[in-house]
Amino acid sequence: MTTFTKIPKQVEDVLENMGGTISRRDLLKSAGMLVVSFAAVGTSPVTPPASAQAPAAKSGPYPDPDFRQLDSWIVIHEDSSATFYVGKTDCGQGTGTSFRQMMSDELDVAYDKTTCIMGSTDITVDQGGSGGSTAMERDGWPMRRVAAEARRVLLEMGSARLGVPVGQLAVIAGAITVKGDPSRSVTYGELIGGKRFNVALTGNNINATTGVAAVKPVQELKIVGLSPQRYDIPPKVDGSLKWAVDVKLPGMVHARNVKPPVAGAKLVSIDESSVRGMPGLVKVVSKGNYVAVVCEREEQAINVAKKLKVNWEKPVAAPFPSSENLFNYMREVTPTSSAKQIVVGNPDNALADASKMIEADYEIPFQGHTAISPAHAMADPSNGQMTVYSNDMKSYGMRTGVAAFLGMPREKVRVVWMEGPQGYGRTAADDAGCEAAYLAKEIGRPVRVQWMRNEETAWDTKAPAFAVKIKGGLDAAGNLVALDYNARAADYNHVGYNEHDTVLIAQLMGIRRAKPAEGSAANPSEMYAIPHRRMATHVVSLPLVWETPLRTGNLRDPNGPQSTFASESFIDELAAAAKADPMEFRMKLLTASTTEDGGFRRARSIAALKAAADAYGWDHRSSPKPRGTGEILTGRGMAYAFRGQTVVAEIAEVEVNRRTGHVWVKRLVCAHDCGLVINPESLRHTIECAMLHSLSRTLHEEVQFDTEKVTSVDWNSHPTLTHADAPEKIDVVLVNGDPNPNRSDLPPYGAGEAACKPLLAAVANAIYDATGVRLRRIPFRAPRVLTALKAAQV
Amino acid sequence: MSVTLVVNGKSHTVNVDPATPLLYVLRNDLGLQGPRFGCGLGQCGACTVLVKGVAIRSCIVPVSAVKDGITTLEGLAKDGKLHPVQQAWIDEQVPQCGFCQNGQIMTAKALLDKNPKPTDAQIREGMNRTLCRCMTYYRVQAAIKRVVKVIAADRPEAEKEVVA
Repeated sequence: MTTFTKIPKQVEDVLENMGGTISRRDLLKSAGMLVVSFAAVGTSPVTPPASAQAPAAKSGPYPDPDFRQLDSWIVIHEDSSATFYVGKTDCGQGTGTSFRQMMSDELDVAYDKTTCIMGSTDITVDQGGSGGSTAMERDGWPMRRVAAEARRVLLEMGSARLGVPVGQLAVIAGAITVKGDPSRSVTYGELIGGKRFNVALTGNNINATTGVAAVKPVQELKIVGLSPQRYDIPPKVDGSLKWAVDVKLPGMVHARNVKPPVAGAKLVSIDESSVRGMPGLVKVVSKGNYVAVVCEREEQAINVAKKLKVNWEKPVAAPFPSSENLFNYMREVTPTSSAKQIVVGNPDNALADASKMIEADYEIPFQGHTAISPAHAMADPSNGQMTVYSNDMKSYGMRTGVAAFLGMPREKVRVVWMEGPQGYGRTAADDAGCEAAYLAKEIGRPVRVQWMRNEETAWDTKAPAFAVKIKGGLDAAGNLVALDYNARAADYNHVGYNEHDTVLIAQLMGIRRAKPAEGSAANPSEMYAIPHRRMATHVVSLPLVWETPLRTGNLRDPNGPQSTFASESFIDELAAAAKADPMEFRMKLLTASTTEDGGFRRARSIAALKAAADAYGWDHRSSPKPRGTGEILTGRGMAYAFRGQTVVAEIAEVEVNRRTGHVWVKRLVCAHDCGLVINPESLRHTIECAMLHSLSRTLHEEVQFDTEKVTSVDWNSHPTLTHADAPEKIDVVLVNGDPNPNRSDLPPYGAGEAACKPLLAAVANAIYDATGVRLRRIPFRAPRVLTALKAAQV
Repeated sequence: MSVTLVVNGKSHTVNVDPATPLLYVLRNDLGLQGPRFGCGLGQCGACTVLVKGVAIRSCIVPVSAVKDGITTLEGLAKDGKLHPVQQAWIDEQVPQCGFCQNGQIMTAKALLDKNPKPTDAQIREGMNRTLCRCMTYYRVQAAIKRVVKVIAADRPEAEKEVVA
């Protein structure tokens, strides 16, 4: 019997037949590069249980690939094509294409002669998967350096083969040629095709991985900056791509969970007679409050899960206030933690002395991921190992979590990453992987877990609700002299990354870590020079901390949209109070003198604002504009923010129907500076969709609940942006506002999330411009807007 | 009970409960992966297939209710050439994650078959119940408009004549 589980052919094809003839695993194995790094477990947030600590080296078939070996990253084939192995996943933003561009460029091979393998823990190095918009900003660097190192090594080999010093050689598209004598040449394939480099790399951690070679100056990059079409799109369009939902294994069975009907309910008993004799039933599995049914066929599992009678006991105390009472609760309850305040000058005195002081409260509800596909995974327990086929954006974290949860050595667990619905943080805290692995171990057959729609919408991880109070003071000339920002986020016990003691199945089984994660609120992220300011953030807890459908986790640009909705709406309120043009009001705050940031991010903020204003054709005037007389009122609003070093300025143009309260964002403009752009077209698309994701949160999304359970559970009760909401026009301007724009080391900054941040406020500000009505609670569904318009007699 | 289905021009006989939603038969018995589970409620469109040219939600249609004329995403290409809608999706680089795009493409195909020259409003209306959580709506609509142009360009000259 083979040591390894048979991988489904479609996955095998992807993993093994990328134009080469040698098996990836065989290559790594024979090179001794599948090294066991159990000693390095200290880098993991999880302490393995005792049973997992005993085995020494070589305790399983899936040790970690060694990131300090060039062969772990790059394979050159006989035909001079190359396969790149990176420790990343692609959540749909085309990062794989960009990785290929960067590595092809450094290696000097044609882009279309390369392929990229991502995220399978046994054959790709651990770069942590996806998250934090770090793909280009952080993880692209080791990729570029190892590709540059491979080029250097190949040039040395070419030098030896051709008998010419490296300095007299040139490389074009994988062929090394003697300068001035093109008849003398050798290809990469001829030098090393199908063989190993056997070159050691250095670096204290994977992000620092490097060889001897330096990366190319930006000016010498030829593939970076082009827009090759994403390689993953044709198979997504013709139906040939195998997704994580498509994995089929011999002997597999289907599972469905049965969730507590009320948050915090305890399982009393299961009446198995209620499903006895139903077709295909394999087993009812339960432990603690976790209940699942396993059947031979998928529709059978759905039917059995519906029919199973479970006796639950409701909790004595209400698990949470209703969503209608949430913000009052959040403002009144004692915080579980408060961050150290950031204080500049004397904000209290400055507010007291201000010519004009205004204050406002902003409310942002819990918002879910509500991915288009509910959670899913397949786990195969064959041969005493565990293989999980998953769309987890942090497949490496899932592997560690599954191993710890099952008490298995990490070397016996692997996660094969496959495409799935958008990540955005949901799959960094995936639930189905651990559930499938647990059930597979229980049943002894491959198990596929698939959450249902109501389960996902009710129980997925949520972005925390925010209640924000801001005060601001203007002097007699309308200058902003003081700002007091105070935010509360319902983020206690924020769920981490696939941890064995926070994943939902663990919670339902009664597993508790000693101390729940504190969670966090967020400060505004702008570069305004304000002489006196205070920024205070607090975390509050709902009554039920564990086993709650209102468990918070990371949602795309975690906390950014919430805090920026408040802060950038308030800047607009101040501009209106000063009767100033909102763009000029911001620009004045950015050009005011400061030493902070050496002018770098500030200079780029100014450039982004100007670019947005130019692209839109901004009319310089104060808001609101004189109200129109027709049924449709129009207006424009802007907002700006940064995330890391990425700066974004956005402008929204809205139409508000004063009769119905319906809001249509007709036009969007985004000026976006993320430094070096790898693939402009792919970046533009990501920015468009990031803005529309936030538009959905602005107009539609809210997790609603009574005092027992989440009540927004499908696409009717939890509406989302639709085709009808799509803007008529979206303009994305890619800005390079670097004070030294032609620097040869211009870095790429993150781009997957920054554009999410300012959009909510831009829309609120546009609605104010159109109607004179300030909306301070998200979302802006038509009934809420209409009520506000009527109250203001619009 | 055995049920016979004609999908993408091929006949298949499967032994299933006739109440089984078509989606699970297509995916699990016929190995087709274009249609996908998104909600099981007929609300999102990820499971869309064509039955005699009409876009239906296969997650809420019992397998016994349909017999022939079923087309899935895999059946759109002809003679190794992508359908113009699929090609437009590549040209406009429509997908982000792509999970919903089966529904977007199949719904757009049915829409264009019925109305080869939809207005912007008709595109919004016709596509409105097909959800995308990556929010690719803007590009989906651009791709449909691109197909409209391609269809117009491919039509015989006589048909293109517009009498003023």
